[in-house]
Amino acid sequence: MEDKVIITVVGKDTVGIIARICTYLADKGVNVLDITQTIVQGFFNMMMIVDINDSKCSFGELQSALEKLGEEIGVQVKAQKEAIFDEMHRI
Amino acid sequence: MVNLNEVIETNKMVEEQTLDVRTITIGISLLECIDSDLDAVNKKVYDRITTVAKDLDKVAKEIERDYGIPIVNRRISVTPIALIGGAACKCPEDFVTLAHTLDKAAAQVGANLIGGYSALVSKGMTTADEMLIRSIPQALCETERVCSSVNLASTKTGINMDAVRLMGDILLQVADRSKDRDSVDCMKLVVFCNAPDDNPFMAGAFHGVTEADAIINVGVSGPGVVKKALESVRGESFEVLCETIKKTAFKVTRVGQLVAQEASKRLGIPFGIIDLSLAPTPAIGDSVADILCEIGLEYAGAPGTTAALAMLNDQVKKGGVMASSYVGGLSGAFIPVSEDQGMINSVEAGAITLEKLEAMTCVCSVGLDMIAIPGDTPATTISGMIADEMALGMVNQKTTAARLIPVIGKGVGDTVEFGGLFGYAPIMPVNKFSCADFINREGRIPAPIHSFKN
Repeated sequence: MEDKVIITVVGKDTVGIIARICTYLADKGVNVLDITQTIVQGFFNMMMIVDINDSKCSFGELQSALEKLGEEIGVQVKAQKEAIFDEMHRI
Repeated sequence: MVNLNEVIETNKMVEEQTLDVRTITIGISLLECIDSDLDAVNKKVYDRITTVAKDLDKVAKEIERDYGIPIVNRRISVTPIALIGGAACKCPEDFVTLAHTLDKAAAQVGANLIGGYSALVSKGMTTADEMLIRSIPQALCETERVCSSVNLASTKTGINMDAVRLMGDILLQVADRSKDRDSVDCMKLVVFCNAPDDNPFMAGAFHGVTEADAIINVGVSGPGVVKKALESVRGESFEVLCETIKKTAFKVTRVGQLVAQEASKRLGIPFGIIDLSLAPTPAIGDSVADILCEIGLEYAGAPGTTAALAMLNDQVKKGGVMASSYVGGLSGAFIPVSEDQGMINSVEAGAITLEKLEAMTCVCSVGLDMIAIPGDTPATTISGMIADEMALGMVNQKTTAARLIPVIGKGVGDTVEFGGLFGYAPIMPVNKFSCADFINREGRIPAPIHSFKN
């Protein structure tokens, strides 16, 4: 398995978004490889590239847990496998 | 490594510009199910479909989840049933039992539609072909998911005018049987010239006899994405315009390629083709007509429409072929009326006529698609419209089709509501002059001279 997962967070900027998501990921044994973030017109946009090979939960569980966590914080959190972005933007 | 802007762009395409994979279609050969006993054929067909496609829905859901890309339809196409039932069916009603079996099998595996209730009669009809065609009204009326197609012509064989004449009549019978529902069953019936063997789109999908045991074909969509991309190049030259369409088509097709490869791997069925059609839906912004407007037309149908569509179609192909090694099916822009809000607007504004639509079918895939016409249109006139479309395909060596909906009890000025993805359609006026003496001639129109290439 070498699937990398892209986690995106979009929503209104607030204190502790990254902290809460990273705490959850650490707890599940998900390794963060890269983080990029930017604020566009007050909107928080973040992308994380993570490795879930040693994770304690499955991709499906991770996806729904992050979605729920996003609802609690008031932002949209999505987890998608990296291939979709690679395929679309790389020849 | 992917960057944030690329990720945002992809997700916006899905969330705001209605990018989706329109269909994963499993093509299944039923040739091994042929038997002279009708019950045996039915059982074999049911078992074969429900075995090969048993994980279709599950795998489609997994892929949607993994990549965050919606897959709107799961479909099945099978070998033309006229070939499969020929040995067992002694009357049209026998063929109808096979339609029921297809319907049940599709429901069992969670497929939205199943195509292949078909006959290939471009040169002549066998007894079985004709029985299947005569069974179409009953078969479509009594089933929910079965789609039917008939190939009436090809560049190599000419046009089978006997079959064209028969189909005018059959179409009216289908309309009549579903007249209490705005003749809606006609949506499930399409006639072709040069029908492709690997088309994943309905109602015309069937699994050609040149295909393997089973195959995955994927149809992508994305008019909304192209429209959005073109908004950023308003007023620019044709070179910039074409470049933008190509790049966008590339991206859209790559999504289809990824989905097709994953589906193929997870289902253990070889990958066939990507159909890189621009397939609209009634959703606002998901419209081929809106792209034409963005290119610079007040409405689709205005002078210049055919040229704009020809360019759009060509650029979509040029971008798409770079993204996948195997493209096939229809691969072009679809211009259905009812499924495209921009087209409906054009009809309502009086900007587009049936004759203009016919001209447009010379330069894009499909043909006269999802067009509601008055229910009192004579069968010979319908056959005449079909014959015109067949001639365009035959002479231009391309696929053309006709999916007309004569709405019984309604006329010009009325609209019909098809529901869901199929939208609604204003009824379009049809030329009133007769072609009966032409249609009533027997035999076939010979293949054109440029088909003799040997």
